[in-house]
Amino acid sequence: MSTTLAPWFGWLALLLIVAGTIGGLFLAPADYQQGDGFRIIYVHVPSAWLSMFAYVVMASSAAVGLIWRIKLCHSLAAAAAPVGASFTFLALATGSIWGKPMWGTWWVWDARLTAELVLLFLYFGYMALRAAIDDENRADRASALLAIIGVINIPIIKYSVEWWNTLHQPATISKIGKPSIDTEMLIPLLLMWLGFTCYFFFLLLVRGRAEILSRERNKQWLKDALGATS
Amino acid sequence: MKSRHQRLIGIGLVLGGVALGATFLLQAMNENILYYYSPSQVAAGDPPEGRRFRVGGLVVDGSVKREPGDMKVSFELTDNAELVQVSYAGILPDLFREGQGIIAHGRMENGSVFEADEVLAKHDENYMPPEVADSLKQVHAGGGQ
Repeated sequence: MSTTLAPWFGWLALLLIVAGTIGGLFLAPADYQQGDGFRIIYVHVPSAWLSMFAYVVMASSAAVGLIWRIKLCHSLAAAAAPVGASFTFLALATGSIWGKPMWGTWWVWDARLTAELVLLFLYFGYMALRAAIDDENRADRASALLAIIGVINIPIIKYSVEWWNTLHQPATISKIGKPSIDTEMLIPLLLMWLGFTCYFFFLLLVRGRAEILSRERNKQWLKDALGATS
Repeated sequence: MKSRHQRLIGIGLVLGGVALGATFLLQAMNENILYYYSPSQVAAGDPPEGRRFRVGGLVVDGSVKREPGDMKVSFELTDNAELVQVSYAGILPDLFREGQGIIAHGRMENGSVFEADEVLAKHDENYMPPEVADSLKQVHAGGGQ
């Protein structure tokens, strides 16, 4: 299934991201206050969204793997972790670059920024824990538990801007009622968001397959399959 | 009961416990997570006395005064209820303007003026092209007449 679906996601992601980039950089009008500086939103928002979405995918597949003892799910969780960590880093970096001219600072310790940094460390912790335990089954179980407990952080990131006073602005799109962004600016953002999400699934499928193959490298069925094709 | 049901319930309990713990922890730390105080809170005496804290609000229209030949600037912050007088010497961020949300970091001097050593602009969640902003302003101005 992975081999048939992965190229679809890959090409769709490429198409959407190219369209979104053209729309975002050239077609969307400049912001009334920020000028062209607001265009970093087209990378920042999709990566911030995926940093959380990837964690939910990772934690829920780890939970399914833990409860029903399915190795495939642990492989998928392991494949999602570095991708999620990359998106988290991208969200933090682009936010920082935007924050310097707009806010006047690279970094502040407000609730949203701090919680997102904690998310990055959760990804690192998950990967480090997996790498530290040699026995695969024990690594699966220990890291799955860490991933599940860390899921508490996701609603904290999401609602941090509503629960507390933060420097970070509240949500623009995912709020009840009309999004507070102009339609011409919104369409490229939605394209980018879809494109990034497709790219995530593309990476998840490709990386997940590699993870399973490396895990089963000594198994007979894999040797048979390889022997049959070569 | 099957063992996978036990694991399911176990994980549910662990998650519930952690969520409860996190809720209590955040409730207890609520004061510290607050990034800034509003002018009303300052007027009510909420911020710690003699310590540095942040105050956030909108810059009052027409309140920005610059001293010629100096970096010093003074302005008023409001949350539409109370006012705080702020004075600051330094470079203001791009988004600083009258009517804009601002967060100033510093301390109260003489109990009345807030001496800031850092001023940050708080951007709101609205994004629109300049023409839309202009027409919105005209509508507001027209409605007010």
